[in-house]
Amino acid sequence: MEDKTRADLFTTMVQIRAFEEAILADYHADKKPAWDIGAGLIPGEMHLSAGQEPVAAGVCAHLDNRDAVTATHRPHHFAIAHGMDINKLAAEIYGRETGLGRGRGGHMHLFDPDTHFSCSGIIAEGYPPALGQALAFKRQGAGAIAVAVTGEGAANQGAFHESLNLAALWNLPVVFVVEDNDWAISVPRTSSTSVLSNADRAAAYGIPGIRVEDNSVEGVYDAAGEAVQRARSGGGPTLIEVHTLRLWGHFEGDAQAYRPELPEVPGRDPIPSYEQQLIADAVLDETQIEQLRDEAKKRVQDALDFAKSSPTPDPSTATHYVFA
Amino acid sequence: MTATTEATRRLTGSKAMVEAIAQEMERDPNVIVLGEDVGTYGGIFGSTTGLLDTFGPDRVMDTPISETAFIGLGIGAAVEGLRPIVELMFVDFFGVCMDQIYNHMAKIHFESGGNVKVPMVLMTAVGGGYSDGAQHSQTLWGMFAHLPGMKVVVPSNPADAKGLMTAAIRDDNPVIYLFHKGLQGLVWMAKQSRAMGNVPEEPYEVEIGKAAVAREGADVTIVTLSLSVQHAIEVAEELAPEGIDVEVLDLRSLVPLDRDAVAASVAKTGRLVVVDEDYQSFGLSGEIIATVAERGVALKSAPIRVAVPDVPIPYARELEYAVLPRQDRIRDAVRKVMG
Ligand SMILES: Cc1ncc(C[n+]2csc(CCOP(=O)(O)OP(=O)(O)O)c2C)c(N)n1
Ligand SMILES: [Mg+2]
Repeated sequence: MEDKTRADLFTTMVQIRAFEEAILADYHADKKPAWDIGAGLIPGEMHLSAGQEPVAAGVCAHLDNRDAVTATHRPHHFAIAHGMDINKLAAEIYGRETGLGRGRGGHMHLFDPDTHFSCSGIIAEGYPPALGQALAFKRQGAGAIAVAVTGEGAANQGAFHESLNLAALWNLPVVFVVEDNDWAISVPRTSSTSVLSNADRAAAYGIPGIRVEDNSVEGVYDAAGEAVQRARSGGGPTLIEVHTLRLWGHFEGDAQAYRPELPEVPGRDPIPSYEQQLIADAVLDETQIEQLRDEAKKRVQDALDFAKSSPTPDPSTATHYVFA
Repeated sequence: MTATTEATRRLTGSKAMVEAIAQEMERDPNVIVLGEDVGTYGGIFGSTTGLLDTFGPDRVMDTPISETAFIGLGIGAAVEGLRPIVELMFVDFFGVCMDQIYNHMAKIHFESGGNVKVPMVLMTAVGGGYSDGAQHSQTLWGMFAHLPGMKVVVPSNPADAKGLMTAAIRDDNPVIYLFHKGLQGLVWMAKQSRAMGNVPEEPYEVEIGKAAVAREGADVTIVTLSLSVQHAIEVAEELAPEGIDVEVLDLRSLVPLDRDAVAASVAKTGRLVVVDEDYQSFGLSGEIIATVAERGVALKSAPIRVAVPDVPIPYARELEYAVLPRQDRIRDAVRKVMG
């Protein structure tokens, strides 16, 4: 793999992490003294994607903003990797009028026409719309594709299976991505899923299925490269499952008492290990990495400043935007 | 047990629910619990805390995120003699599994000419007020109530949470049990001062279909349910010094709907405000006013509805507060019907 590609993958991962860490800090900053999910600068449920950066970085490296992505309740990594304007992303999370959805949507409901990005708080429900985007792209004939993302827990939902069948049947340009982070809230995949790998389920619908182990960003990059190529060239859908890591809780405030592996989780963080690898291979040196981190943090700081200095929505407009 | 211990034991909504379920599981081995995160986690909103430890994994079952499959499974199990309590984590998720609920769970008794019973409880969390956005903040009870064949219960306090749950489990009909997140007494949510309440220790039923007068008053009736009952009582107490005497009627169930209680209270006060955290149009609030109209109850002023103004629940706090039936809107409505 080219050095430039590897450095780019790393940069994307660092950018995502910088964003999630900043949101994490602000989310918890003002929920005191008694922790109240509805209080503070960022209220509501918050599902952060730390640890899952390799999936978004590896997949989105093959996309441009003609391509669609439908993501999940845990959407920030894909939003950022797919090139969403992080000012608008941040402003939506802070519930501001300048946000993607003018503060109406919130962090699970991001809709960005510029990057054909969307997500849903209802698990697996991003799969079906991706089919329609793929159908539209196919008719338009410009080679754009749709990527549909879901968690391993969501792969037990009807919408997942119906979508695989229909996409295969109509040979739609879709790449299905399953992020297997071992957990669906407190339920481990062994208690939810009858097969060891969701990639095996692809066979039931007559499409290729591949599982990427070890949360490897380069493994994802390779698998997604092939799948995206197949979709763009009319070869139909592919299912990719990535064995990834939920570094933090299911949502912020989740004590994770159900998670026996917790002590060793930080040691599986994909970013430090990739960093070491890139240094060892002389792709990047420590100075470059520090610089790249600083730049990522700066971009995030700018986005947060933009969000926090933006106006909150006017309550008298609360019933706007229900209809076109 | 003495009356004094009863009166002094205060529980949260979630503890009251769990106690009802545990007592029924103790009494009847056919009662089982299933749903997402109901085992080790104890229910995202604390509705099953500790049940796994007490009753084991054969009776308290974590499911995959496959609502159609496990709600349908509940129906089949109920038909064959079990009494399943199935949790749908948020009511908002009904969309992925509604066919099992309304075309099967709710219709089997009718379609079988009364020969097949479906004694199950579908419990689910409702309500907003904490910026969870349009897909995690709805109440939707009017929708279930619109569809014939299921009882729909909505507790407003811990004592009813327990008694209605016990009644729901013992009922031979499918019962949708909608509990408000804001009444569960969760450590991670704003504390509703009335989320704690006295709860008798022994098993008891609160009859499904009987409304309760939560506060007596002479000037205006607020007909309401769930968390809004607590808001309404607060407003009533605030307005009392101004000489406005508010009666608060807690419906406790939509199906059956205690129309007699509604008519009686409104006949007494002559003024009506309906407070409903559901969408305004085509739902409960209209049904209440229709009931009053059909019964020819004389009103001194036009009734007012305080409900969600037919808009999805917005994320931003300013917007969400503007559409929910919070105390300020209830207060304004009461003043307005008083003229
Ligand atoms: C239809 C539906 N059922 C349940 C939920 C509640 N819920 C939200 S996320 C989640 C777990 C999802 O697990 P997974 O798909 O593995 O994604 P992860 O959170 O691990 O990224 C559940 C049960 C939901 N949002 N939608
Ligand atoms: Mg998962």
